[in-house]
Amino acid sequence: MINISEVLETNKMVEQQNLDVRTITMGINLLGCADKDLVMCCEKIYSKITTMARDLVKTGEDISREYGIPIVNKRISITPISLVGAACCKTPEDYVKIAQTLDRAAKEVGVNFLGGYSAIVSKGMTKSDELLIRSIPQAMATTDFICSSVNVGSTKTGINMDAVRLMGEIIKETAEATKENDSLGCGKLVVLCNAPDDNPFMAGAFHGVSEADAIINVGVSGPGVVNSVLQSVRGESFEVLCETIKRTAFKITRVGQLVAQEASRRLGIPFGIIDLSLAPTPAVGDSVADILCEIGLECAGAPGTTAALALLNDQVKKGGVMASSYVGGLSGAFIPVSEDQGMINAVEKGCLTLEKLEAMTCVCSVGLDMIAIPGDTPATTISGIIADEAAIGMVNQKTTAVRIIPVIGKTVGDSVVFGGLLGYAPVMPVNKYSCADFVNRKGRIPAPIHSFKN
Amino acid sequence: MNKVIITVVGKDAKGIIARVCTYLADNNANILDISQTIVGGYFNMMMVVDFADLNCTFDQAQGDLSELGHCLGVEIKCQREEIFEKMHRI
Repeated sequence: MINISEVLETNKMVEQQNLDVRTITMGINLLGCADKDLVMCCEKIYSKITTMARDLVKTGEDISREYGIPIVNKRISITPISLVGAACCKTPEDYVKIAQTLDRAAKEVGVNFLGGYSAIVSKGMTKSDELLIRSIPQAMATTDFICSSVNVGSTKTGINMDAVRLMGEIIKETAEATKENDSLGCGKLVVLCNAPDDNPFMAGAFHGVSEADAIINVGVSGPGVVNSVLQSVRGESFEVLCETIKRTAFKITRVGQLVAQEASRRLGIPFGIIDLSLAPTPAVGDSVADILCEIGLECAGAPGTTAALALLNDQVKKGGVMASSYVGGLSGAFIPVSEDQGMINAVEKGCLTLEKLEAMTCVCSVGLDMIAIPGDTPATTISGIIADEAAIGMVNQKTTAVRIIPVIGKTVGDSVVFGGLLGYAPVMPVNKYSCADFVNRKGRIPAPIHSFKN
Repeated sequence: MNKVIITVVGKDAKGIIARVCTYLADNNANILDISQTIVGGYFNMMMVVDFADLNCTFDQAQGDLSELGHCLGVEIKCQREEIFEKMHRI
């Protein structure tokens, strides 16, 4: 039988170390909502979401209360809308109407984000994909809870550079369209390479076409717990360090597995995957950067950061996979800047640069995340940053992403406050040299060779 | 069997266990195990309780116990057992 020290340990993780289940995300297939008539399409979408997810928030709250574990977010991911709207959307404005419908549905069921205002264009763009992408700035400016993502490349197809070029411009336009709110629209827009179909985390969540009609995916978290436990093994060998992270990741993930199974049972929707991620929040003590410091760095960004992060990421997965029957999504340590107090401090000290962050994305999920850059950064430079990240993902067969915010009217030295889970960020300098001629070439970068690995 | 873990954490005082047990008995809950420690003057108690025949809802009992804790100056939590079982047992 469970003993008192185990019970107290679990409760301490929740009360003092910020252990939580970060999100229960319900994936909903909207392919059946396609219609030649835009109004009908919107009605079907609204009706399907509000029916399927009617009890999602209440169920999450019930589980949270009964087990004594916070479940921070209840969210929805949907079929990429460029597929659903293809038959009825003739202009970007038509897509914006769908975005507004989705926003209404999200508000009706009480979720705090809905992801899947997306297009998968890793090889080529259909007319519908392009219309959706061109509607993103307006969609982000006129909705509150909609997250958008565009997958521009994959290991199998290469990188669609026409989409990369377009996304540089779209990010700038989104920043401009939401400049009254420090370009917050870009915080809800992510460009991916090798995007998974079952990711429960925003802004990149969508319900892929390989998925069933509805599914429950759960994202676990707990950087604070890992950090606290590591304080007890200071100075110990790598073996002890790794073992400690694995044990902790196991415990954290088991909680996620329990919540996922329980949510699945109560909602009558199959369980999909657990996403094993260390997702930080701006709360003090809930930081991935602090774990890197606990591993032995003076500050995140110092030499050794990439190795420490690689170790951390791998141990989290090794501990987590045994705790769950199905693991998927992004699964790894997240390194967003604005959502992690330790990262913010490292940037403010000048220890952590954009280039070091890029190196870190080679060994962890997901990519350059929640990074504020000067508002006058050219669109082609943003496309260059996206292309670099996509190349890392393509070659290393992993998911990478760029969620970058060119804050209109702000420059290096300023800082931006996004609020809530999105936190705040110092504006980071970007390399001033141009890549315009590279980005302006038409076509795509071919898929990499899958042999002769080096 | 519908196992629930009740924890009581706070400053030690007379009658804490008695009051909690009385509440549980009144509501037809069966206590399976009790253990307690005092760390640094702080009272830590854990009970394993079966709620199978409870004559009110889980939510009601959880709320009442929390309220009782408030009166006694301690924190009383009531959680389903699986979260501990899953976390600490393979």
